[in-house]
Formats: sequence, C-alpha cells, structure tokens
Amino acid sequence: MKTPICALNWVKVSYFRVAIISHSRIKMNIHEYQAKEILKKYGVAVQEGFVAETPEQALKAAQKVKEYFQSDWCVVKAQIHAGGRGKGKIQGSEQRGVQVAKNPEQASEIAKNLLGGTLVTIQTGAAGKLVSKVLVAQDVFYPGASEPKEYYMSVLLDRATKQNVIIYTTEGGMDIEEVAEQHPEKIHKEWVNSAVGLQPFQARKIAFNLGLEGKAFKEMVTFVSAMYRAYDETDSAMFEINPVLKTSDDRIIAVDAKVNLDDNALYRHKDFMELRDLAEEDPTEVEAGKFNLNYVKLDGNVGCMVNGAGLAMATMDIIKLSGGEPANFLDVGGTANAETVENGFRIIMSDPNVKAILINIFGGIVRCDRVANGVVEAYRKIGDVQIPIIVRLQGTNAVEAKRIIDESGLKVYSAITLSEAAALVEQVLKG
Amino acid sequence: MSILVNKDSRVIVQGFTGNEGTFHAQQMIEYGTNVVGGVTPGKGGSTHLDRPVFNSVQDAVREAQANVSIIFVPPAFAADAIMESAEAGIGVIVCITEGIPTKDMVKVREYIKGFNCTLIGPNCPGIITPGEAKIGIMPGFIFKKGTIGVVSKSGTLTYEAVDQLTKLGLGQSTAIGIGGDPIIGATTKEAVELFMNDPETEGIVMIGEIGGGMEAEAARWIKEHGTKPVVGFIAGQTAPAGRRMGHAGAIVGGKDDTAAAKMAIMAECGIHVVASPAEIGQKMAEVLGRMPA
Repeated sequence: MKTPICALNWVKVSYFRVAIISHSRIKMNIHEYQAKEILKKYGVAVQEGFVAETPEQALKAAQKVKEYFQSDWCVVKAQIHAGGRGKGKIQGSEQRGVQVAKNPEQASEIAKNLLGGTLVTIQTGAAGKLVSKVLVAQDVFYPGASEPKEYYMSVLLDRATKQNVIIYTTEGGMDIEEVAEQHPEKIHKEWVNSAVGLQPFQARKIAFNLGLEGKAFKEMVTFVSAMYRAYDETDSAMFEINPVLKTSDDRIIAVDAKVNLDDNALYRHKDFMELRDLAEEDPTEVEAGKFNLNYVKLDGNVGCMVNGAGLAMATMDIIKLSGGEPANFLDVGGTANAETVENGFRIIMSDPNVKAILINIFGGIVRCDRVANGVVEAYRKIGDVQIPIIVRLQGTNAVEAKRIIDESGLKVYSAITLSEAAALVEQVLKG
Repeated sequence: MSILVNKDSRVIVQGFTGNEGTFHAQQMIEYGTNVVGGVTPGKGGSTHLDRPVFNSVQDAVREAQANVSIIFVPPAFAADAIMESAEAGIGVIVCITEGIPTKDMVKVREYIKGFNCTLIGPNCPGIITPGEAKIGIMPGFIFKKGTIGVVSKSGTLTYEAVDQLTKLGLGQSTAIGIGGDPIIGATTKEAVELFMNDPETEGIVMIGEIGGGMEAEAARWIKEHGTKPVVGFIAGQTAPAGRRMGHAGAIVGGKDDTAAAKMAIMAECGIHVVASPAEIGQKMAEVLGRMPA
C-alpha cells in the first residue's frame, strides 16, 4: 500500500468556494501588490508600482513611477481578491478595474473613479468587491526592439502525483481555461520531484518550450527558478502569474500575481499574518472564524450546525432531500464546548432567511452533553427563539445529552436517527 | 478477520503524555487495544497510564516490539513523527493530527515510499477492528464485530454510517477513516482492495466527499476486480460553486470531482450508490439480503 497509485485530481473545487466546505481550511488569499512583494523578495522580476488608498496618493505614486521609469505612462490596478479585473467594471459605471493612464494626473483621476467603487468581475459574482486600494504600476508595454509576448505560468500541488507541478503555456494573458479546453496540447506541465526540488534542466526546458532564446531565455530560466523557490519557501498553496511578460527589451517579468498561502503553514511565516485583508472576506465568516467555527453562508432556509466537515455536507444533503435548502455550512469542529456551540447558534440565527435549524452532532471527541448544554444556554440567552429547532445528538454521552435537552423545557424537536431528523425537517417546513 | 490491525497489534502512542494523547490512549486501553507504551522524547524511562514511556519510536520497537503507532503530536512536529515511525520499522502509522502543512506531507509521502509501512491519515479518526483494537479517536461503543468493511474520508460521517450498520445488526470487520487532506497515506482504493482480499469481509461501505478523484479511482478498480457488494455515498451534493481565485486548479483538475459526477461513475461501476446519508446501513442490509424483520 505504499505506492501512490491514486489518481486524485488536483481539485478544481479548490479555488471554488466549496473548497472552504471541506477538510482543508481556507487557503489565505492576498492582494496582487502583496504577492509581488513576496516574489521580489525571492528575486522574481515584477512589474513595479506603488499602492495608493486615495487619489492624492495615487498622484504621488504615479509621479514616483514617472521618476523611476522615465515614462509618463502608468497603469492603475484595482486591488481586490478576485481575477478578471481588466474586463470587470465598477458598478454603475463603465470604469474598468485596470486602466492605463497617460500621465500622473490621469492616474489620479482613474484612482478617484475606482476607489470606493464596487468592482464586479466574472469571479466576484454580482455583489462585486469594494475597491479600497489601487496599485499604480509601471507601463510595461513600452516600445523597443523586440515584440512583447505574454505567457502563463502557475505552480501548485498535483494531488494525483503528490508533487508540485509548474503549468505554463505560450498563450498568456487570456482565458487560460479556454486554452486548456480548446488547445490542451498548448498547456505544458513540469512536475517537480519533492526530494530534490526544481532542477536547472527543468527551468531550461520551460524556457525552450516557450520558444525563447538569447537574453530572454536566460531571464526566463532565472524567473522560473526564483518563482519556484518563492513558492516552496513560503509554503504556498498556489502561485499563478498571468501574464508573465517578455518586454520589448527581452526582460521577463510578472505583470500580475495571485498567491494562495497554506493556512496550516502560517505558523512558520508570522509576517504573512498581517497580509490578511479581512475586508475581502464575508464578515459573518470572519466572526465565525474568531470562535474557531468553520462557517459558510448559503442562500437556503434551513440552518445547520454539525461536527465534522463530511457530516456537515451530508446534513446539508439531507436538508435538501427533505424539501429544504441549506442556509449554511457550519462545522463546529472536534473540540466544541458550550461556548463555541452558543456562538454557532447565534451566527446561524443572524441570518433572517433561516426558518428552521437542524443541529446534528455525532459525538466522538465532542461530547453530546456539552453540546446540549451549549444549545440550552444559547436558547435561554437569545430568549425569543421563533423558529423550530431540531436537535439530533448521537454518540458519546448521547443519553445524558437527551436528558439535558428534555429537562430544559425548551421547545425543541429531538431525534435520534438521521432518518428521524430528516422527517422532522420535512415536517417543520410543511408547518 | 480484519485488515491492517487486530488484537495482536502492539500499539504505541506518539505524544503519549500530552492532553490529547493521554485522553485517547486511555480510551483505547479501555476498549481493549494492546497499547504497549508511548513515546515522548525526554521522558523515556518513566511510566504513564501504567505503561512505559520511550524516548524514541526505535526504543519502543526494540523494547516493546511495537508495530503500530498512533500520532497525537502538534502539526509542527507531526511530519517528523510519521517519518520517525517509518524509519523505526512501524508497519501501520495512524496520524490523527490536523493542520499539517501540505508541503510537509509531500515530503513525508516521498520519504515513506522507501519503507514497508501503511500511513493512515493525517487529519483522520483512525482505524478500528471492533472487539480487537481501536487505534483512533472514534467512540468505540457504536462499533460491533462483523463482516462489513468501512472506508471513509470523513470522521463523524463514518460514525454515522457505522451506527446505522450496527443498529441493523451488521457489524464491521474493520473501519478506516483515511482523512480528507490534499495529501494522505492510504487511499480509498487501497482500503477497498484490502477489504476485497479479506476473506471475512462480506460487503464494503465507501464514503467520500466532493473534491479529488479517489472515489472514481476506487470505483474503476471495483469494476475490474470487485468480488463483493459495495455501498457508496458522496457528501456534498448541495455544496455550492462560487467565488474562485485563479484558474490553475481547473487546468489540472478533472471533471470527476463533483458529488454528482462521482456518484454517476460509482453507479456505472456497479456500486450501490445512495443519495441520502440516512440510507447507507439500510442499503447494505438490502444488498446482502439481511433486512431485519
């Protein structure tokens, strides 16, 4: 059983929201400007720029860009945790999330239009994301002897081979998923042996496959090696650089950068903690996180509180099969006590769409009597609970838990089996 | 019979004297597991829970003939603990620890290739052969000795399935929680294969969830080599798609990782797939013709 034969695909869902609903916790996202700082630290050449939070700062940033790069032109880029910014628009206007300015004054004007606006891209959903920072960056498409060219490059774990893989293609700067679909032969993959790391011949292979020669070839070899080292040493979960640009003077630079950090490894990178931008995250989910609760808000009408990610997903499935729609995913984890359960309860009830709550706890590590106490305390503290509560507690100290619930005098439906719980959900929804 | 562990397993606990290690070691001993000692570096020579504490896994193997280990050490030290066990010759390594950096596990997988060992987990509930050995954190009383093999990515969902089986009079040969991290040791397919080869396992319950291709891989293997009925469930049919960052995952990923896609593949491969997690036990009873009156 020691040979890894498993054909586990690298999960498409990993960067979907569903990934949060899984055993692995959220991979921390950071902004483009922060990702570029990390890349630079490891010697990866990037499109340089300065961050601004006001039009005035943007003007100064653009003047600095002018001074450093001897060009009036610059690019103003909205900083949000989502892709598709170039095509995305600010709500209620035609303002794109990434725009070229011909001089510092225009850069300041663009910043004014972007800052405070809500940027809607194909990745943000209709709600969009508030722009509170812009990156004023150098114009990298300056005229020169050689034709500029855009590539795509990313690094991530391939679960099937249990090795990191560098994915790259000459078709950069465009919809890469479309390229993968229509021209799979143009997508190259380079697996990195975890025992020895990325070898120079592999970096050369990548540069050759991208059709480079001369100075650009050498620059690409350096770029790939530095990028992989950055990925490896920061314990990242994903790097995606699109586009990687060959400039008109044959330099290779990262024009954009998406970096996902591995939450589990953050203890080794305490400085990364301050890169987290809570404004980019759902406030209720952030609140839940403070109590060590893994919560994701959904659009349904039946709230649920469950221990364990798998059982939580199964409980959501039961809700659906019983005629309801899950209002949330909430995993109280393995160490839930009265306090964490109470907090979970409050978080679910803060959603006005919730018409019923199903609490489904199978006690292994978590003891059912503790959960029962949490339910009772929360119920009493909140006071006026108007919606039906179905409590299904099974496992360690389940009998004691049932006694606590029954003797509490609370108006709750209790169930022992999952089928009974499902029937109760159906019953309360029919009202 | 059973797979991987039984009453003769000589179990050591890594992180023996810590809170988690102490609590669960005690539970395992009460269940009847043959816990022969534990490892806490620096506390070798002392006694804990009436059992010897060793400085290293190697000492435990030499002095107590340990052949199975269970790991409760914190995430920062877990990778080291797994590799120490592998190097010392432990055959079955069960890692309960949650939150190990993925990069550490990539290295661990590479390292343990060279040893004759099976890693279960990490971030899993462990493995149990009812009535013989509980090497994990599951509530022992829901299990019953019998002939159903259970393999699952999830902890509490495993308990749910086992509870249903037990209440229908269907005991378990062995139940394994393989964990849901991106990099784990034993896969669904490997566990299924062991159950297929275990003469006393009559039927197999396979529980998965969205993400990854392990269930599809196991299903295809079952189609080719399966000799016993398999009941399957995939959690996450209602888990929504939504916000995403980057595209890289989509390029490496396949199309097999949604719940619906996995269930379809499993059904095609002859697995009895249930839509509701409440029907896992009942379906197995039906398939085996053992519906209680």
